[in-house]
Amino acid sequence: MTGDAQIWTVIVGLATASFLLRFIFLGMVGSRALPRWLMRHLRYTGVSIIPALVAPAVLWPAATEGQTDPLRLAAAFATVAAGFVFKQFFAAIAVGAAVMALGLTLGP
Amino acid sequence: MARSANLSSFRKGAMAGLAFGLIVSPFGVVFGVLATEAGLDVTQVLSFSLAVIAGAAQLTAIQLMVEEAPTIIILASALAVNLRLAMYSATLVQHLGDAPLWHRVFCSYLLTDQSFAMSLDRYERHPELTMGEKLAFYYGVAVPTAMIWYVSSLAGGLIGSSLPSGYGLDFAIPITFLALVTPMVRTLNHLAAAGAAIVVALLLAGLPYNLGLLVAGLVGMMTGAQVEKMRSGDTA
Repeated sequence: MTGDAQIWTVIVGLATASFLLRFIFLGMVGSRALPRWLMRHLRYTGVSIIPALVAPAVLWPAATEGQTDPLRLAAAFATVAAGFVFKQFFAAIAVGAAVMALGLTLGP
Repeated sequence: MARSANLSSFRKGAMAGLAFGLIVSPFGVVFGVLATEAGLDVTQVLSFSLAVIAGAAQLTAIQLMVEEAPTIIILASALAVNLRLAMYSATLVQHLGDAPLWHRVFCSYLLTDQSFAMSLDRYERHPELTMGEKLAFYYGVAVPTAMIWYVSSLAGGLIGSSLPSGYGLDFAIPITFLALVTPMVRTLNHLAAAGAAIVVALLLAGLPYNLGLLVAGLVGMMTGAQVEKMRSGDTA
């Protein structure tokens, strides 16, 4: 359950730790750059964690109690396709939302 | 003299910052709406954006709250999304490392994808910039971007709290993430990282406490790094 205490814990915890991640090298004068192998890994954090978070939610949506839903698959596919074509957040989300809305309107 | 150079540097940054802010603002609104749908009130939405200024990490936390994941997993996953900020911090040391401490504190707080990418680009093109000009440009980019982020999240929070709850928005977070991440997939390395992460996430989806997410993220990072190394012929 999402309670107030949990929400504030997440906000404060994420704020503190994110600041430390940002400050860790800038804060230490004259510190040397990170080793190259580590930089190489850090470059792929976003494109790894986010798809990993989304993939199960696309294939087994909570709203359909985990049953794969053709409409949500189509909306996800349309979003990704639009994202690759337009390379832009707003265009991609607009296409995905349009497919979802259309499907919900026409659907059973 | 130095002051007018700094001002001009700030203005150049601010032009880019305003443009970025406008591009990011729909995401801020979406974050605000989805956060209120997940049970946050407007104060919490605004506090979140003021304190964290990292949309993808904030939305990761929201999605996992909806999935009722344990707090520790929410924090670990959202922080994993933010690990790249440490890389930015390390890269900026060569340019801003000699600035006074209080500047480095503010620059750190304001460090985002946008402020990092724009500033680094400018510093590399203009090695003759003074520290004052570098800082002025950085703040020029970062301050408007952050301001617009706060305001658009707040607007989203206000919109969201006036919508009836459970408005068929269950799939909005996945769509938002897909829209956010697809343009980030620019090379085969990124594609390999994403592909590996997806496969592992699906295989491990049954693990308790969303632990599969962290493992999948790690495997994705290692895959991306390995493919990059192979493709660049780098042996380091």
